[in-house]
Amino acid sequence: MTFPGTYVLRRVLIAVPSLLGISVVLFTVLALAPGDPFGELVSNPNIPAEVAASLRQKFGMDDPVLVRYLRWLAAMLQGDWGFSFASRINVSDLIMQRLPTTILVIGSSQVLALLVALPVGVYAATRPYSLFDQVAGTLTFIGFSLPTFFTGLLLILVFSIELDWLPFVYKSDIAATGWRFYWEHFKQAIMPVTVLGLFQAASWTRYVRSAALDVIKLDYVTTARSKGLKERTVIIKHVVRNALIPVVTLVALQLPSIFGGAIVTEQIFRVPGIGSLLISAILANDTPVIMGVTFVLSCLVIGFNLLADIVYGWLDPRISLS
Amino acid sequence: MNEQALRSLIEAVREGKVTRRDFITALLSVGVAAPIAGQLLMHAGIAQAQPASAYKATRRGGGGALKVLWWQGATLLNPHFAVGTKDQDGSRIFYEPLAGWDNDGNLIPVLAAEVPTPENGGVSKDGKVITWKLKRDVLWHDGKPFTSADVVFNWEYASDPATAATTIGSYKDVKVSAIDTYTVRVEYAKASPFWADPFVSVRGMIIPKHLFEAYKGAKSRDAPNNLKPVGTGPYKFVDFTPGDMVRGAINPNYHQPNRPFFDTIEMKGGGDAVSAARAVLQTGEFDYAWNLQVEDEILTRLEAGGKGRVNIIPGGDIEFIQFNFTDPWTEVDGERASIKTKHPILTDPAVREAISLLVDRASIQQFIYGRTGIATANFVNNPERFRSKSNKFEFNVEKASQLLEKAGWKVGSDGVRAKEGKKLKFVYQTSVNQPRQKTQAIVKQAAQKAGIDFELKSVTASVFFSSDIGNPDTYTKLYCDIQMYTTTMTQPDPEIFMNQYVSWERATKENKWQGRNITRWQNDEYDKAYRAAEVELDPIKRAALFIRMNDLAVQDRAIIPVVARPRVRASNMRLRVPESGWDSDFWALQDWYREVSAA
Repeated sequence: MTFPGTYVLRRVLIAVPSLLGISVVLFTVLALAPGDPFGELVSNPNIPAEVAASLRQKFGMDDPVLVRYLRWLAAMLQGDWGFSFASRINVSDLIMQRLPTTILVIGSSQVLALLVALPVGVYAATRPYSLFDQVAGTLTFIGFSLPTFFTGLLLILVFSIELDWLPFVYKSDIAATGWRFYWEHFKQAIMPVTVLGLFQAASWTRYVRSAALDVIKLDYVTTARSKGLKERTVIIKHVVRNALIPVVTLVALQLPSIFGGAIVTEQIFRVPGIGSLLISAILANDTPVIMGVTFVLSCLVIGFNLLADIVYGWLDPRISLS
Repeated sequence: MNEQALRSLIEAVREGKVTRRDFITALLSVGVAAPIAGQLLMHAGIAQAQPASAYKATRRGGGGALKVLWWQGATLLNPHFAVGTKDQDGSRIFYEPLAGWDNDGNLIPVLAAEVPTPENGGVSKDGKVITWKLKRDVLWHDGKPFTSADVVFNWEYASDPATAATTIGSYKDVKVSAIDTYTVRVEYAKASPFWADPFVSVRGMIIPKHLFEAYKGAKSRDAPNNLKPVGTGPYKFVDFTPGDMVRGAINPNYHQPNRPFFDTIEMKGGGDAVSAARAVLQTGEFDYAWNLQVEDEILTRLEAGGKGRVNIIPGGDIEFIQFNFTDPWTEVDGERASIKTKHPILTDPAVREAISLLVDRASIQQFIYGRTGIATANFVNNPERFRSKSNKFEFNVEKASQLLEKAGWKVGSDGVRAKEGKKLKFVYQTSVNQPRQKTQAIVKQAAQKAGIDFELKSVTASVFFSSDIGNPDTYTKLYCDIQMYTTTMTQPDPEIFMNQYVSWERATKENKWQGRNITRWQNDEYDKAYRAAEVELDPIKRAALFIRMNDLAVQDRAIIPVVARPRVRASNMRLRVPESGWDSDFWALQDWYREVSAA
């Protein structure tokens, strides 16, 4: 497979108008939404009305929506994401502060999900309707039917309150060094990672199983078996590789959206990730931060879509991208 | 309470017949905050109580980590930009004011060497000049000395409108100058009986001149130290993630001996109030949790574990019901509830009186708020009565029905009273908040028995309390008949608090509904009393005027107080915290310590 350079370029060019469209919609919705970042100032009688008014003027909030949008866009193109009304610091700094924790927690949960989904799904597919398959199927149904806020609270109740084994308040900076630092980090990450990971694993297991089941019935698998190849080789080299194709698309497309799922989980465990930044910004009507975070999310969705298509071509050379 | 009664009450305190605390409680019940009451006593020459510090640790440090949980994390650490208490609290770890308020309204010096009084020459005869003597040998965390230049700078910084400081209100009308390195003179435009506002408490935290001098005015946002505070407080800055975590470490040069006790402090933000209570009361993961707006029933259950306790600290917040005196259902010049209209029914005093008899405060406390909302017969005018514990807030359906009957409101076939074709049907709104919805239900039920029909409405808090001009559901628009929320006495001085009922502050389309008089109630005597208070030089006369105004608004039933909302905090069994309902949670952070064994 040659690297599809022109294809990627074309896709990137197509992405530009969609990102623009997304930003217009986001900006308009936020401008129309009720609420005011300085609401607390206005309703506080100790602060003269002029202060809130001058802040609004200083932050350019009294201009028409179109002017504000164009200003935001111009600044964004130059890499300036604006600054938070609530903390008066740059949005990019705020996001960078939260990013390591998000990647750590979300990343680990994705890895956990894959580690569970792949073997369980494939094994279940090789023995359809066996006891293992039945049990796995039931568990995955339970897994993705239970919302994360429920499993999160359940884990807290069992492991923090009843057993007192794990902390339920996540701290991104732990005042410890050496192995204790890693141990504390590991301990506090167990519950949020488990909640997110197992939720994701539940739906992925179903996909892996059905994808593998589709492939396993094909003639070339029978051929491989009749050649006398070991079952292991047949499954890993012939079945899994082909079964992975739809799974890869799914994983790639779900990677950005897991940030959305993390909003709830982050709130429960007080994980200082992007999700909790977004929710507190929304509650404080902190428009630049909401814009920054949602825009990053949109970029991720579009980016991962592209990535999925490219990986697709690499996994299955029959698919031509050019 | 008139001026005479107030004077005799002050005398009673002087003679020791009434305790200081009772005096404070008495004034609180007529709408005067504890700090003001304390200043009245000070003005009358009654020495402040010298509260013995309960601090027992005998050396600095060695206490380990202090972990506190704020379910709304601090978003910035410059006290002059603080938007809510979360920011003030976060800043207060590092910065200190000249003085703070204790729970009994005593002014306690922090960076001041002593509290100014007329006796020590700190308060001038005409009451227009206050002289603060600063504590010597106080060092900023970076080793530079703290002097009067810093205090003067804070005034210049905050009073400059370009700085966009949220503390501007406390500084814009005073003139501050340095007499010498350790003496500061604060000059007021008029005799100010309540002078302890600039440089005091949460709006009085002092930032260092040498680090912020270059960032006064329009450049205020660029100061690197907005995020890295360098103060005089018991803890030095370590790191800060907005909305998540503030960390500090012991200040080895702190200006009070043997303090602080803890080696480090962690202020974690985020999450929700219930799980914050859990982390302190049930698992003990944290030592202290802020603002637990949680049902008392849950708190009691969590407390049963014995790891922590719930602290109830009285303050000035009151949940109350407001009547609309204008007609919310008729539009005049594009504006509903315009002051050009009159409410067709609620302007009848008998109806307002009847509704106030139908608010079952005892049940609201017992079944909804528990310890976190104390039924209040607040705003009464009899000094004898508020001293007694057997205050009665009347709940009487029978009496309410009779009142309405007498005023000509007859029960119709649908069980709702009516007169001249007008039915006693009202829209009763509040914000979405479980205790409030339950309160609405209790009031509605009682009102039904008396032939009044309430349509309940609840609005999302972020809309209800917003200043959005385009939204019809904000509390200042009052596009309904009655509404309920909590009024907070954010500023001890009643002048700002009491303008809530003056006619020129009525919320209208013209002032973008930013007028403070939301009920649109109007009373000539009240207006006159307010104007008189604005120029009154004698603090006792002035206080009496404010109390009179309060009586006017309450007796005419412009509002119905429901429950007082004390501060609710949770702390570890062994943690000792000097609490105050009149200052930041951290107002005496240097005195926090941990007992070796739980008491």
